[in-house]
Amino acid sequence: MRATTRRSRTIALAAVLLAVPTALAGCSATKTGDTGASGDSGGTLKIGLVTKTDSNPYFVSMRDAATKEAKAEGAELIAKAGTADGDNDSQVTAVENLIASGVKAILITPNDSKAIVPTLKAAQAKGIFVAALDTQTEGNQGVDATWATDNTKAGEEQGAYVKAALGSTAPVLAMLDLQPGVSVGDQRHDGFLTGIGLTDDSPEIAGKQDTSGDQAKGQTAMENLLQKNDAINAVYTINEPAAIGAYTALKNAGKDTTTVLGSIDGGCTGVTAVKDGKIAATVMQFPSKMAVEGVKAAVAFAKDGTKPTVPASGYIDTGVQLITDKPLGGLDAKDTTWGLQNCWGTAS
Amino acid sequence: MSDSLQVASEKAAEVPDTSGTRAATLADHIFRNPVLGPLSALVLAIVAFSILTENFASVDNFSLILQQSVVVGTLALGQTLIVLTGGIDLANGAIMVLGTLVVAKLAAGSTGAQVPALFAGLLVCAALGLVSGLIVSKLGLPPFIVTLGLLTILQAASRLYTKETVLVDDGPLTVLSKGGYLFGQFQVTTGVVVVLISVAVLHYALTRTAWGRHVYAVGNNDLAAKRTGINVNRVLLSVYVLAGVFYALAALQAFGRSPATSPNAFPTANLDTITAVVIGGTSLFGGRGTVVGTYIGALIVLVLQSGLTQAGIDPLFQNIVTGVLVIAAVALDTVTRRKAR
Repeated sequence: MRATTRRSRTIALAAVLLAVPTALAGCSATKTGDTGASGDSGGTLKIGLVTKTDSNPYFVSMRDAATKEAKAEGAELIAKAGTADGDNDSQVTAVENLIASGVKAILITPNDSKAIVPTLKAAQAKGIFVAALDTQTEGNQGVDATWATDNTKAGEEQGAYVKAALGSTAPVLAMLDLQPGVSVGDQRHDGFLTGIGLTDDSPEIAGKQDTSGDQAKGQTAMENLLQKNDAINAVYTINEPAAIGAYTALKNAGKDTTTVLGSIDGGCTGVTAVKDGKIAATVMQFPSKMAVEGVKAAVAFAKDGTKPTVPASGYIDTGVQLITDKPLGGLDAKDTTWGLQNCWGTAS
Repeated sequence: MSDSLQVASEKAAEVPDTSGTRAATLADHIFRNPVLGPLSALVLAIVAFSILTENFASVDNFSLILQQSVVVGTLALGQTLIVLTGGIDLANGAIMVLGTLVVAKLAAGSTGAQVPALFAGLLVCAALGLVSGLIVSKLGLPPFIVTLGLLTILQAASRLYTKETVLVDDGPLTVLSKGGYLFGQFQVTTGVVVVLISVAVLHYALTRTAWGRHVYAVGNNDLAAKRTGINVNRVLLSVYVLAGVFYALAALQAFGRSPATSPNAFPTANLDTITAVVIGGTSLFGGRGTVVGTYIGALIVLVLQSGLTQAGIDPLFQNIVTGVLVIAAVALDTVTRRKAR
């Protein structure tokens, strides 16, 4: 009996020891573009991509578009990601590994706009083309170009739509924010207020809550804000998961038809929510376009050293697009049919 | 059960009786009634917010806070069981999320698939509880490490399983936590009933059955428990599997509360449940605590969120107050432990 237990224990321990490296390999595995090349042949042009995380569908669509474009250009894409949103250290390691593996270009979505700069400068010093996607580095240092969404403008478009939808009714506004100190959240928040014609101190703001862009937190926050003020008729949301959470709270309170709910992102789930009438309008971004243009520029640089021209704003704006099935007040909008064909796509 | 075993396990479960030999101190009282601390904090918070804000003290708001407590409350019951044995579960949120994904995917597009999908979700969660239970009990690995590994594996597995998409199911599954019973204006949803019954049943099992005594005994001192004849491995296994069942129950409730699920949902569920467990007076060293306290702990966090929102206070203060409470609760546990012994 005892011997059997010991043996089964040994077998189980062996199984775990075998499983651990496999699981770890699964976590840190590098996804490479399928070029058919053997990998380390000197002729293949290698491009590195480092996203914020590999868990967010937004970055997954960015990675897929980059892989596809690289293949079309005859290059190989090595995709890496930070371990968590905001974590700089894992991105530094990723960039160092990419430099070591001999890439000609690095495309990165910085988790920390400031802390990543020295690492990117070191890459540039080795003659590598560096571009930021989606998020700018501090003062655009350490990069040759940046492709990004104008988040302030995205916020403004959401605000302008909510204002148009309210018409002559005075807004009683609930704001479902990201979390303080994150530039994307602050820019969208401020842009929204500009678009709707309010300021942070306006009495029309019934309340603000942080949601971390999470659906369940968005719902709880909306429920609490409705308890605070049941006259709320307009809602700003930082992204579509928060908006879908807010919709559930509004629906439970019987206020889904009398409240204008706006959002930003342009993921397929979000556009579907617009189509189903849950969200009044959303503002789409184009991560795939960022990736495609970044890869194109990287290949061009590898061929003859040309660098893209960067406008005075410091970044190349990949544009935003208002998506709604109820266009209002002369705002340039596309419907959800277009939205579903282009969600997180390359159009603009 | 033999007499000596009965006595030994009772000793392990109960606290030393010091009232006869020396005057009962406040520490003794708190030590003997671990629910006392969290309950006073809850009442205090409710009274304070009722006075300070206009809308907090409404029937509607109280019924809402109960609804908000359902998912984390149910998850936290499983966490309490594991903490009582001296362990900790970092994977509970990930197990629940995978459960919701399995149910949503299997139930999608076919009305006849709803019930089988529910059972599949339940089975997956219980099986994952069994896996961590087996590794913890048979191999004797630290629960912290086992569940940390499981968390990482499950997050990746969920993403592979759904290919990063969000699954939406507005179908009949939402009935599991919606629906309602109206007591005057007070709405009690099915989810609230489920969590309250779960708390009551688990409280009974922990305080009135031999199994419950064994759970406390293992948490207090697993070596002593083994010497008195308790099958420690079996107790640990039962705890992890049962925790998995509560995670499944939470998964179904999460569905009813919000009919969309994605691999990125509930990113902080594990920490939220540990917060509820600790504020609820359960000792992280194991062997002491109650599920009633845990549920009160979950309510305290939500009352703070609701109250501070209505007072118009910066959302970050919610986190600061919650953090202070967590440290205070552990301090109280450590101090009363030291004094009462």
